[in-house]
Formats: sequence, C-alpha cells, structure tokens
Amino acid sequence: MELTTVWFVLIAFFWIGYFALEGFDFGVGMLLPVLARDDTERRVMINTIGPVWDGNEVWVLVAGGATFAAFPEWYATLFSGFYLPLLLILVGLIVRGLAFEYRHKRQEAGWQAGWDRAIIFGSAIPAFLWGVAFANIVRGVPIDADFEFTGTMLTLLNPYGLLGGVVTTTLFLTHGAVFIALKTDGEIRHRARALAVRLGAVTAVVAVVFLVWTQTITGTTSSAVAFVVAALSLVAGLFAVRKGREGWAFTGTFVAIAVAVAGLFLALFPDVMPSSTDAANSLTAVNAASSAYTLKVMTWASLAVMPFVIGYQAWSYWVFRKRISTAHIPAAHPETAPEPSTS
Amino acid sequence: MDVVDIARWQFGIITVYHFWFVPITIGTSLIIAIFETMWVRTKNPAYLRLTKFFGKLFLINFAIGLVTGIVQEFQFGMNWSDYSRFVGDVFGSFLAIEGILAFFMESTFLGLWIFGWDKLPRWLHAGCMWAVHIGTLLSSYFILAANSWMQNPVGYEFNEQTGRAELTDFWAVMANEVQLVAFPHVVTAAYLTGGAFVLGVSAWLYLRRKTADEDRPVYLTGVRIAAWVTLIAGAGVAISGDLQGKVMTDVQPMKMAAAEGLYETSESCAPFSVFTIGTPDGKEEKFAVTVPCLLSFLGTGTFDGKVEGINPLREKYAETYGTDPGAAYYHPEDYVPIIPVTYWSFRFMIGIGMLSTFGAAVLLWFTRKGRRPKAKWWGFLALALPFTAVAGNSFGWIFTEMGRQPWVVYGLMTVDNAVSPGVSVGEAWTSVITLVVLYAVLAVIEFGLLVKYVKAGAEPFVEPPDPSLRGSSQDDDAPLTFAY
Ligand code: HDD
Ligand code: HEM
Ligand code: HEM
Repeated sequence: MELTTVWFVLIAFFWIGYFALEGFDFGVGMLLPVLARDDTERRVMINTIGPVWDGNEVWVLVAGGATFAAFPEWYATLFSGFYLPLLLILVGLIVRGLAFEYRHKRQEAGWQAGWDRAIIFGSAIPAFLWGVAFANIVRGVPIDADFEFTGTMLTLLNPYGLLGGVVTTTLFLTHGAVFIALKTDGEIRHRARALAVRLGAVTAVVAVVFLVWTQTITGTTSSAVAFVVAALSLVAGLFAVRKGREGWAFTGTFVAIAVAVAGLFLALFPDVMPSSTDAANSLTAVNAASSAYTLKVMTWASLAVMPFVIGYQAWSYWVFRKRISTAHIPAAHPETAPEPSTS
Repeated sequence: MDVVDIARWQFGIITVYHFWFVPITIGTSLIIAIFETMWVRTKNPAYLRLTKFFGKLFLINFAIGLVTGIVQEFQFGMNWSDYSRFVGDVFGSFLAIEGILAFFMESTFLGLWIFGWDKLPRWLHAGCMWAVHIGTLLSSYFILAANSWMQNPVGYEFNEQTGRAELTDFWAVMANEVQLVAFPHVVTAAYLTGGAFVLGVSAWLYLRRKTADEDRPVYLTGVRIAAWVTLIAGAGVAISGDLQGKVMTDVQPMKMAAAEGLYETSESCAPFSVFTIGTPDGKEEKFAVTVPCLLSFLGTGTFDGKVEGINPLREKYAETYGTDPGAAYYHPEDYVPIIPVTYWSFRFMIGIGMLSTFGAAVLLWFTRKGRRPKAKWWGFLALALPFTAVAGNSFGWIFTEMGRQPWVVYGLMTVDNAVSPGVSVGEAWTSVITLVVLYAVLAVIEFGLLVKYVKAGAEPFVEPPDPSLRGSSQDDDAPLTFAY
C-alpha cells in the first residue's frame, strides 16, 4: 500500500477512535438534564465518564496533529476554511472540559447549575458541528485552484450538512444512553435503557436517510457495505439493550459509529476534501500529502507507540469497570473534610 | 488592523496565557510525585496531606492548561494556514508525535490518579503521577523541538516543486543545537515555577496566624522541599540560559543585538546594561547602568568576545535575503525586531524570574531549624513568588518570539506570508474577541477557586483504602474515595 493510503487509513482510525469514544461522553453530557432526576444522579452520570473523558478527547488532538503532519494541505484548507464552526467547537470543548473539573469545587446551586449548562451545551455544540463538518467534507465544498476554501459559514449549512449534524447528535445521544445503562445501577440504569431504545429508533431512521443520501453523492461498493454493517450493528445494539444486555448493546453502538465513520472515509477516498467548484481543485490523499520521509517517520512513531496507548487506555477502562450508583457518590465534597473512615 | 496583525495578537495572547499554566503543571506534577512517593515510603501522614492538598490545586490549574492547549493545536491551521502548508512536513510531525506520545499518557494517567485512590495499590497510584510528569516532559520536548526548528531550521530541504520545507533528517531536528539548550532552560524554568508555586502557598499557610499549630510542621515540610526545588532549578535556569545565549549569538545574532539594543558592533568587551532610560526606539540613551564586558561573556563565553551590532547585521541580512519582505508592514527598518520589547523582556525575564530563586533562599534561611518569622507580610511576600516565576516565563517567550521577527521560520518565511489567505478580517476579529473574553472569564474563575482552596488549607489525615491489602470482604457499596 502507498504510504499516502496508509496515512489516509490512520487518519480515519484516529477519527473513528474519537467519535466512538468521545461520542458517548457527548451523549452523557447532553442527556444530563434528561436522565438525571436530582443532583446525586447528575453526579452519577458525570462520574461514569470522569476518569476517561480527557483520554478520549486526545483522539481529536491526535487526529488534528496527524492531519497537519501527513496532509498539510488538507489541514490548512480544512481548518482555515471551517473557521467559525471550529471556533464554536473549541469554545464548547473548553467550557465542557473545565466544567467536569470545576463543577464540584463549590457547593452553591447556581455555580453547579452554570457548569451543568456548560456540560450540556459544550457537548451538544461539538456533537452537532462535527457532523456538519464531516458531511460537508464528504459532499465537497468550494475550493479554488490554490486549495483555498472560498465559501462562508452559510455554505456549510446546507440540508445535507445539517442532516449530518442531526445524525451525529442522535447517534451520540443513543451511544451515551447505552453507556449510562452499562455503567450505572439503580433507577437511572432503567431509565437510560428505556430512553436508549426510543432514541435509537429515531437515530436509525435519520441515519439511514443520511447514509443512503451519501451513497447517492459519492458512494462506492465498499462504503455501501460499511453503511449496511453500521445500520445492522445499531439495530442489533437496540435489541440488546431492550433485552438488558448492555455490554452487547454498547458493542453494537460502538461498532455502528466506528463502521459508519469508516464508510464515510471509504466514500471520500481517494479525495480528502473534494472541490465542488472544479474536480481538478480537489485535495486528494496524494496531492495533499507530505513527503515520503515524513510519512515513514510518522508511521514508525505511530506503530511503535499506539499499541501502548491502546493498552493503557484499555487498562484504565478496566480499572474503572465497576458500575456506579447513587450509593457510591460521597455525600460531602472533598473540600468539606470527609469523616475519618472507621476502619 | 489587517488579518496578520489580528492573528499575531491572538497568537501572542493565547499562547502566553497557555504558558501561565503549563510551567505550573510541569513543575507541580514533579513535586506532587515526590510527596506521594515519600508518603508511600515513609508512611508519614504529612506527605499524604501535602499530596492531596497540592493535588487539588494542581487539578484546578491543569484543567485550564488542558483546554487552552486544544486551541493551540487548532490555531495553526485556522490562522496560519500558509505557514501550515509550508512547514507541515516538519513542524506537523513533531506536533503529532507529541500528541501520540505525551498527551495520551498525561490524560489517561491523570484520570487514573484522580479517581484511582481506592482502586490502585499505593505504589502504582504514585506511579501514575510520575507517568503524568514524564508525559509533560515528553510533551515539552516535542513542542520545543518544533519551536526550535522555527528558530533554527535544520534537517529539512526546500522543495521548489511543492513549495514546502520537507523533513530530511528527523534526528537532526531532535538534536537541533537550539533545542538542546532550550529544552533544559524551559524545563528548569518550569521546575522553578512549580517550586515557587508550592513554596509560596506552603509558606503562606505555615506563617499564617489562623493555621493550627499541629498543622505547621506539615507546611514547613512543603516549604523546605519546594524551596530546594526552586533553588536548584534556579541554578539550572541560569546555567542553561547562559548556554542559550551562546547558541543564540551563533544562529540568531540579530536577536542578541536586539536584546541589548546594540546598534554598532562591539569588537571586544561589550557591556551589558542592566537598566536604560532612552528614547522609545532605544536609539539614544539618556541614562544607563551597565556592567562592563558582560554582554560579551553572555554571547561568546569570553569577556573580550566580539558581539555584532544591529546596523551591520541589517546590511548582512539584506545581502543574504534581499529586501526584507516583511518590512513593509512590520517595521520601517529591515530585519530589526522592536528593540524596546526585546530589550526589556530580556531583562524582565532574568530580573523578575530570578526573584523566585532569591525568595527561596531567603525563606530557607528564615525557616531553618523550624523557625517561624512572626511578621505578617512575610506570608504575603511568599505568595508573590509564583507570580514572579510565571512572569519570568512569559517574558522569556515574548523575548524569544519577538526577537526573531520578522521571521516566523528563521531565514525561510516571514510572518506576513504565514497567515491564512482565506480568513477575513471579520472572522479573525470574531475569533480573537471570543477567545480573549472567554479566557478572561476563565482566569477570574480559576483564580477564585485557587484562593478558596489555598485558604482552606490541607485536609486532616485520612488513611486511604489500600486495595492491595483488602480481602474479599470489601464493601462494594461503599462511597468512592473521590468523585466529581
Ligand atoms: C514546554 C512545554 C510546552 C509548550 C511550549 C507548550 N505546551 Fe501545550 N502543554 C504542555 C506543555 C507545553 C503540558 C505541560 O504538557 C500541558 C499542560 C496541561 C496538559 O495537559 O499538558 C499542555 C497542554 C496542551 C494540550 C492539551 C493536552 C491534553 O489534552 O492533555 C495541547 C493540545 C497543547 N498543549 C498544544 C500545544 C501547542 C500547539 C503549543 C505551541 C504553540 C504548546 N502546547 C505549547
Ligand atoms: C513551543 C511552542 C511554540 C511554537 C511552536 C510557537 C510558534 C509561534 C508562531 C507560529 C508564532 C506566529 C506568529 C509570529 O511569529 O508572529 C509565534 C509568535 C509568538 N509566540 Fe510563540 N510559539 C511557541 C511557544 C510560545 C510560548 C510558550 C509563548 C509564551 C508564553 C509564545 C509567545 C509568542 C509571542 C509573544 C509571539 C509573538 C506574537 C507576534 O508578534 O506575532 N510562544 N510563536
Ligand atoms: C540567568 C538567568 C537567565 C538567562 C541568562 C536566560 C537566558 C535566556 C535566553 C538567552 C533565552 C532566549 C533563547 C533563544 O531565543 O534562543 C531565554 C529564553 C527563555 N527564558 Fe530565560 N534566562 C534566564 C532566566 C530565566 C528565568 C528565571 C525564566 C523563567 C522563570 C526564564 C524563562 C525563559 C523562557 C520560558 C524562555 C523562552 C523559551 C526558550 O527559547 O528557551 N529564563 N532565556
């Protein structure tokens, strides 16, 4: 395989990791006002992702950095072109990341409600806008002969792009609900299960419309296969969650997201950012790539390090494998010194 | 203002802000790892209380360092797309490897550390903080390698066809002579900063009247350890900074000249001015305190070394690179950075930054053998130390980055050619205003939290559960030791 193709695959891999992992973080964040009945339950939800959300978020930093290194032209065109949506995503990620750490640092209700809102909007905005961005990448945007994006923010807000946003939002909501069902115990677990089924049904409908639409724009046989597999995994996941098999359900939504993103990249290849102005201006895996030497260095670095990364991330999920329920939430916050334990 | 100016202001503000939190993270993670290791080894409760107390302050600080780092990663593509196209090959790979190697490690092990108190054996829990610290060092190495390459491009070839600088030798970039002195300097400066942070807070609590007498020894332990870290790091900063001066004179002579505002070449024994009052452009001096021959020593290592001046360097640059392409917008004089900025930031870096080391020495002396000075202002002076250290870092970067103007990549690309051609003035303004307002609000929030938690002091000692000791009788429904 050409090194440029290898790197196309690796970039896809980083984005898959990002959406499949941070996807449920976003879902949990957006569901905060829906699933939790009181503050303790909100804390149960936040604590299910507490130890891992930051590690999940690094996947997007690596996806961005790797695009910069392997496809500088793509990075330059994409990030300067999608300027305002990316700025909004940044603001969302900033307030959301801080909210996890700062929310419990004061007891005032107003303080906590404010950070709750930061979590909700900080999850919803990126969840939606990443979908808009990816749909537009696949569909093609106006790009001139200098590889400069010539559209505006409004160019991106076309029906197909907006539908892409709706798909990622609903998909992440479902993924998040399944994750809550998997990681909690007690009433909230039952509520999450019921909600996951309902959300999943809606998601399946919009997702299928979007994937069929994508097929008609730029589909290939391989992307079609991927989309079918993704749809089937989603449906299988929903059946599993109805049966109370949360582990399988989570596997289902996880695979659905991963394979759907893979399908989008398959539909994209060999372009990385097609031009809707003139096909000759399209950025491709070849004309956007950096030199063979850089790609080789990067390949070695990734192959040497990524197994360890996956290993210790998996280990951290294993360490925090236990379900959390309201009984596990310490009543007092660390700052108001806890009772010395009796043992 | 055009897009270049706006993008420059944004980059300067956003990056200096990010770097208020970064050195505290690097330095404090080391000190917390030391505290926790001491606790595991000695079982002395004081160390655990210090670990938990500074752990909390560390997390408040880390959170902002983290979220502002995300902006760093994106803003090259957003505001500096032509730069990104030009250097992606070299600069991008270092950024990407930083993410793969360091960011994953920092974030995953920090998650384990925060929530792992009742899940991991004690030694492994302490090990997680060491892993975080090593992650910050790896992160520093790669991002500084990227930055050093901009200061002194090596290991690349300019490809006419693609119009890009292409990497030809990875290890040459890793071992760039600028990098080999910048990395020790930045890391020791970060240890100095972390040390000053722990020192300032511990000393204030140690000296405060309200502190219970049985708690004072705990804070005294913090004072002593942090003061030693600060002192040793201060020595490291001075030594590595001195080495940096030599390399800089070699590869960026204009920066050295600009650091002194030296217009004409000094053949031997160039003086270093500690303080100057002159015209705003630095051309005429009205009053100055100077140390003879010190500039020669800083730049060359001997007191009679030759230091080139701005005027002859300008001519030399014009010969090598032609008319300064950046001059039109940047500075009326070709290839000359803004002299008052470089002159003063260099002095403030050293003068203000080194105050923390001085403070550490003073505090060590006055707390020897468990003494406790009674005057109230002592504690408040101690609290100033973290601020001077952070300010030293900022001035250091302002000097480094402003001193290489008008180049963004030294000798290869000027700043005005680096900016995104497709971004409009309106978009650029939206971005800088949004981020600056948001950052300002966050600074207020974070500062409020730090004050609150510093005032609260260390919690009483509570023996944490040790999972490696517990049998199967473990209570699965017991509340978590730590939860958000
Ligand atoms: C000398 C060290 C140093 C320097 C010069 C910079 N940083 Fe930084 N950065 C760190 C050292 C660091 C760190 C200590 O490793 C941080 C602080 C908090 C953290 O998570 O890691 C960090 C955080 C951090 C993060 C978030 C990582 C995470 O989620 O865990 C990103 C994306 C960046 N940085 C990127 C940058 C970029 C693109 C820079 C250049 C303009 C930059 N940093 C300057
Ligand atoms: C090590 C990673 C860093 C890299 C890769 C880097 C890169 C850059 C780039 C691309 C610019 C662009 C614009 C210009 O030249 O004007 C710049 C300018 C600047 N940077 Fe850095 N920088 C780094 C670290 C820092 C840090 C940590 C600080 C401060 C704490 C800093 C402060 C500045 C300042 C003040 C400017 C000048 C703004 C201007 O005049 O445009 N930099 N740097
Ligand atoms: C004796 C004291 C010091 C000397 C001689 C010194 C020297 C230098 C020099 C020559 C540079 C510029 C390197 C270049 O651009 O090529 C530099 C940069 C820098 N200094 Fe210092 N410095 C001293 C103290 C400090 C202190 C106390 C701090 C912070 C607490 C500090 C933080 C920095 C930082 C963050 C940079 C920018 C990064 C870099 O390029 O390495 N320095 N220093």
